[in-house]
Amino acid sequence: MNFSEVFKQSNQLCKVSPDGKYLATCVQYRLVVRDFNSLQIVHLYTCLDQVMHMEWSSDSLFILCAMYKRGLVQVWSLEQPDWHCKIDEGSIGLVSSRWSPDGRHVLNTTEFNLRVTVWSLCTKAVSYIKYPKACQKGVDFTADGRYMALAERRECKDYISVFVCDDWHLLRHFESETQDLAGLEWSPNCCVLAVWDNCLEYKILLYSLDGRLLSSYSAYEWSLGIKSVTWSPSSQFLAVGSYDEKVRILNHITWKKITEFEHPTTIINTKAVVFKEVEKRPVVGSEDLSIHQLTVDNSLFSTQSKYEITQLPAQVPVIKPDPDRANPKIGISALAFSADNRFLATKNGSFQVQSLFWHCSGSSLVLLSKEHICLCYVEAEEEK
Amino acid sequence: MMPDPSLDTKELSSISGISMSPSRQNSHHSLHSTMALPKTSYSVLSAFCTEENISQCIAYINQEVCSLGLTGVSLESKSGNLSTVPVLNLLYEVLQLQRRAQRALHELETQQLMNGSDLEHLQHSNCRLKDQLEHTRRENSGLHEGERQLQLKIKTLHNCLKSEKEEVQKLQSIISSRASQYNHDTKRKERECTKLKERLNQLLVDKRDKKLSIEISNYVGRSDGKRGLWKTGKMEARHEGEMYRALLSDYETRQRSLMMENSELKKVLQHMKKDMIAILSPKKPCVQPEPADDSLEQAGSEGEEETGDCSRESLEQSCERAREQLTKSIRLQWRKLKSHVERLDSQASLVACQEREGDEMMSRKEHEDEMQRMRLDLQQCKEFIHMQQQLLQQQLSSPCDEETAALLNDCYTLEEKERLKEEWRLFSEQKRNFERERKNFTEAAIRLGHERKAFEEDRAAWLKTQFSNMTPFVDRKRPALSEPHSALAVSTEPEAKLQSTPPLVTKSQSYSVFSTPKAAPVKMPSTADLYRTLHLIPESRGHGEMSEW
Repeated sequence: MNFSEVFKQSNQLCKVSPDGKYLATCVQYRLVVRDFNSLQIVHLYTCLDQVMHMEWSSDSLFILCAMYKRGLVQVWSLEQPDWHCKIDEGSIGLVSSRWSPDGRHVLNTTEFNLRVTVWSLCTKAVSYIKYPKACQKGVDFTADGRYMALAERRECKDYISVFVCDDWHLLRHFESETQDLAGLEWSPNCCVLAVWDNCLEYKILLYSLDGRLLSSYSAYEWSLGIKSVTWSPSSQFLAVGSYDEKVRILNHITWKKITEFEHPTTIINTKAVVFKEVEKRPVVGSEDLSIHQLTVDNSLFSTQSKYEITQLPAQVPVIKPDPDRANPKIGISALAFSADNRFLATKNGSFQVQSLFWHCSGSSLVLLSKEHICLCYVEAEEEK
Repeated sequence: MMPDPSLDTKELSSISGISMSPSRQNSHHSLHSTMALPKTSYSVLSAFCTEENISQCIAYINQEVCSLGLTGVSLESKSGNLSTVPVLNLLYEVLQLQRRAQRALHELETQQLMNGSDLEHLQHSNCRLKDQLEHTRRENSGLHEGERQLQLKIKTLHNCLKSEKEEVQKLQSIISSRASQYNHDTKRKERECTKLKERLNQLLVDKRDKKLSIEISNYVGRSDGKRGLWKTGKMEARHEGEMYRALLSDYETRQRSLMMENSELKKVLQHMKKDMIAILSPKKPCVQPEPADDSLEQAGSEGEEETGDCSRESLEQSCERAREQLTKSIRLQWRKLKSHVERLDSQASLVACQEREGDEMMSRKEHEDEMQRMRLDLQQCKEFIHMQQQLLQQQLSSPCDEETAALLNDCYTLEEKERLKEEWRLFSEQKRNFERERKNFTEAAIRLGHERKAFEEDRAAWLKTQFSNMTPFVDRKRPALSEPHSALAVSTEPEAKLQSTPPLVTKSQSYSVFSTPKAAPVKMPSTADLYRTLHLIPESRGHGEMSEW
């Protein structure tokens, strides 16, 4: 594996353009755009303040840089480097900023979630959306970019508004039957909206595009509920991960649970293959520990690890987190379906995995932790 | 001495009666009887001693007394009378004895009574104690049982308590987690609230009103290149329409997939049903009009109807009734199949049980032997093929020049040629033989023809002579001739006949059947006979049959 030279970045703002041609990084207040293949700097932009959030537009023509402290958003164009756009939210402040799916509107969420301002880059139109809800995932766009669902809270009740992204016309506005809406997500076929309650109540509601309640599902009461939700790419399944360390799969025809997966600490299922990382640390002699040695010879501390298959039943080392804390580190925190609908990757408990992603072909899974990256290849046997 | 035995037995019986009977009444009776005894004994004694047998009586008495240990009585020789003093002494001693015995008896009797009463008492108390023991035992077991039940109850209560405790703990943990969550949320909200308040304060204080604005160098075009449209009612309607269209298309795709799935499943079910019918129907004989068969056929016909229906109707029209019928018929078939399989299973197990008595082993062994033989054969065949292949390869690869190749090629066919020559030779030989035989046959046939003709002529001549002989003219002529002459004539004719026939006979020796030259109507050899003799037709047919023909 070859590595390029190290580039500086701040706030983990380093994104590849959607068309894959450019790589944009932010270094403090500078925006650096490089060609992806050669890593040559193509453009260099200077923003007015330290950039907190940077996002490519969907057509890779514009980059948005948000500076929350100043309440400013600057938009840069790749085609015309002279073109500039600055959005000032004024005294009202800025909490988050994002592109719309068509890449021509910027949605700014003001401080205290007072409102969402929709700025258009094509027209002078400005739209305001009042009372957006500050929750885990309060806004979601459909996959085709036609509709946007926004969670609102008025008078201690949750509402959902569906907007047409074309002209920000309010299509539907209906009350949600949740106690305290925690998140919403469109299905990949854009027809069903999954809405879930916060962890104090296990409830997931399914609304159709026109605002009708299709179904509601609740696995149990009183214990802490849903932690993470994900749709399968074909919209056939909805995977719900909860604090009781179980994943429940609902099917799209009846919206009833078809199966549930457990995450036991002792794996006894004979069909499971358990890979265990075995680390080999080199022995360090104490007389060699000098600063010079450490700086020159990095490999002294690098550990080589390999994976071996452990015999079943395998014991998974689990650190029991403190259950008295709020939002405890138990339960299913990450779920991901592979692109071909065959596999579901879940992360349970307090494992040091920050995120997991599937390759678009569905053959490999990337696990990212704070210090490590792990690539898992999945071999699927062809059934004839 | 008749009275003595009776006396003894009476005494004995009385004594024995005393020892056995526990009651005092009996003993009284026995005492009375003993008391009564002297009276009877006295009357008996009077019979015992008479004038005549005094000395014998005395002797006897002495004997008895001696046995008892008393002094005897001497017999005075004076006139034979007993001296009264020793007799009285003896009597007195006897009385003393008797008294002592009676006293002992009395004591024994009292003792006996006492013992009896003791025994009775003991028995009573024994019974009582036994009853008591039984009673206490029962009580004990009852108490045990009660204790056991109580233990069980304790255990269940323990378990209940434990589960309740666990549940309480769980609920407590839930409550605590919820409480911590609430606290966290409340704190967060409070923080936000304070921030908001601060901000509000700041805004109130801060007069500088930064207006929100956008500075854009030039407006860019829309991503899809179209121009923006005004927001009108029509637009709203259009949006609504688009939304519903999207929903409808999704539903339609889903419905289509479900319909496809449905039809596929229906097809599978139909196939399954057909298969099941096929499996079940050859087993059952067609002759037996079982009701099951009828339903089977009916179901079969139903199924056919359904398939017809399904093909005729479009897939979208899933008739409720058709579906129900299909499921019903499937269930019926499945039940039949299941029962059939169960029957087969039981039969197989029965057969297996029967076979297990040694038969199975044999058949398996045979099977294995067979397999071994087959494997060997296979191996041999494979080797042979391999060898052949090798040889073929050699042959194909090794021809060096044309001559040898030609020679080699020739030698392949050599064998065949030889064989062919042989066969040809045989064939020619056979042909020659056949020709010969045919020639013979034709000659024979020609000969036969000639002979037949001759024969026919002879026959005709003979018939003519016969006929002429049969006429009255001939008869008159005959008697005119002398008998010998006629006989001679008669005889000469046959002789003549004979003469004519021998040449025939000599010529063809194989003629066996021929009519004898007698005066009786001669049986002419029929053509069938001739053919038979010539072995042209099988001889199995009898002459009688021929005549029938």
